[in-house]
Amino acid sequence: MIELKRAGFSYGGGAILADVDLHLTKGSFHFLTGPSGSGKSTLMKLCYQALFPSAGTIKVFGKDVRAMTHDDIAIIRRRIGVVHQDCQFLDHLSLAENVLMPSQVSGRDLNDDLQNMNQLLNWVGLTKQINSLPPQLSGGERQRAALARALILSPDVILADEPTGNVDWEMGQKLLNLLIELNKMGKTILIATHDMNLIRVAKPQVAARVLRIQDKRIVAGGADL
Amino acid sequence: MSKISQYWQIAQDTLSGDQNADRVVPPSGYTASLTTFVSFAMAFLTVFALALFLATGRLADRWATELAGTSTVRISAPAGQMDAQAKTVLGILETTPGIASARLMSEDEQRRLLTPWFGVDLPMDNLPIPSLVEITEEGVGPDVNGLRLRLQAEAPGAILDDHTRWRRPMVKAAQRLRLLGGLSIGLIVGSTIAMITLAAQAALSANGQVISVLRLIGARDNYIAKAFVRRFTIRAFLGGLIGSLIAMLFIYFLPAVAEEGAFLTGLGFQGVQWLLPLFIPVIAAIIAFVSTRFAANSKLQRTA
Ligand SMILES: Nc1ncnc2c1ncn2[C@@H]1O[C@H](COP(=O)(O)OP(=O)(O)OP(=O)(O)O)[C@@H](O)[C@H]1O
Ligand SMILES: [Mg+2]
Repeated sequence: MIELKRAGFSYGGGAILADVDLHLTKGSFHFLTGPSGSGKSTLMKLCYQALFPSAGTIKVFGKDVRAMTHDDIAIIRRRIGVVHQDCQFLDHLSLAENVLMPSQVSGRDLNDDLQNMNQLLNWVGLTKQINSLPPQLSGGERQRAALARALILSPDVILADEPTGNVDWEMGQKLLNLLIELNKMGKTILIATHDMNLIRVAKPQVAARVLRIQDKRIVAGGADL
Repeated sequence: MSKISQYWQIAQDTLSGDQNADRVVPPSGYTASLTTFVSFAMAFLTVFALALFLATGRLADRWATELAGTSTVRISAPAGQMDAQAKTVLGILETTPGIASARLMSEDEQRRLLTPWFGVDLPMDNLPIPSLVEITEEGVGPDVNGLRLRLQAEAPGAILDDHTRWRRPMVKAAQRLRLLGGLSIGLIVGSTIAMITLAAQAALSANGQVISVLRLIGARDNYIAKAFVRRFTIRAFLGGLIGSLIAMLFIYFLPAVAEEGAFLTGLGFQGVQWLLPLFIPVIAAIIAFVSTRFAANSKLQRTA
């Protein structure tokens, strides 16, 4: 679904990533770990075209990202659910409207997705906050809302950057279980996280590969878990 | 042509777009009221400029037609010399450049001209009525002073009467004023485009975060642009409508001045011309639509 070949990236200064090879095949489950500032978020952004590689090639759904127009990217993002690390919302709209927003911008009938939204908010435990504005939510609530929004269009690929960073252990496990469920339904999943315990919990339930960013490259990790 | 129909299509679905789509852009403060105000003020000014344009146009046309072919030569001579002098005058006029034709008016015609003043049973035969030669000018007209001298020398009873000539500079002034009115409308349109473009750019910059969130969740540039364009279009239309209506009221209730102020009373609309200012809000909306669309497209094109 997403394939990086010898991909490199720099923000203008030194390289953040170099010679990265990564292939997210359909139905795969990956964890991405690495120290803070190692480039996890950067790699995620390369996967959903918020950034473009300075070297190598990246193909998403078989298409080279360099040949993509803005419209192509918009269409791709409807097939990739993204949980941004700093969860961006439209602050003047309610939680419900924000979660439904991907459905609205893609021109779908909102009524079709209403039930879906209620179910998702129920799953992530935000039924009571449905009419709150995003700035009124706690950090963890925002993360859960971002996950609900990422799932509303039932995308083929889910890229979650620290989805459990601000929630308690129990909620973290609940969210993990949700992602594992989705993986069993055939979704491709990539989770960036610091939380080794989370990976430890996941391992017995799902055939997950653990990747680690080390010295700008991706290496296999998690052998110690 | 296909470009136009393409724009028409975009215009249609911009205006018919769902209400929800509007809400994705927060109700931004000052750029919104700025657009409405600019459109209001510009529409107000345009109505007056338009009134000036139409009124001076009417005036110039009327004066110009009154001028054309209205000079006359009046011949007062003892009965015996009348015919001879008339012949001489016609001969002179025929060879004068700037004169298309000259014609001696018949007695009947003269009687008709005088009837309003003296009544029907005017005993023309007993009165020393001068003969009149009607001149139709061409181009810039004859050299008046030269013609006067020649007439004086060869037909002492003939007097060139160009009483309408004094209006010539006024026709010119009226035409200038019309040009000024047209120019003002052009400048108003230009400033409206500039100001709405600036307001749209400000709104787009202020909402950079909104734009990036919308993109993150898969909104196309067209969808994002539409949310902005729709707002600006509607605001420009409303501002323009209010501005035009208020200006029309002002013009409608302009105090009527008597004949000597004909120029002032002329400043207004006549008949179907009253419909013209109603196009102003539509034009304001079109200007806002196109300017915002351009501003949004270039901004969205530039930012990844
Ligand atoms: N917009 C930017 N411009 C310049 N440098 C940046 C930018 N964003 C990130 N960086 C740098 O790139 C490096 C990698 O950042 P990134 O956000 O990918 O790290 P991360 O692995 O996600 O860290 P964390 O675990 O703290 O989220 C960091 O050194 C950071 O300072
Ligand atoms: Mg990060």
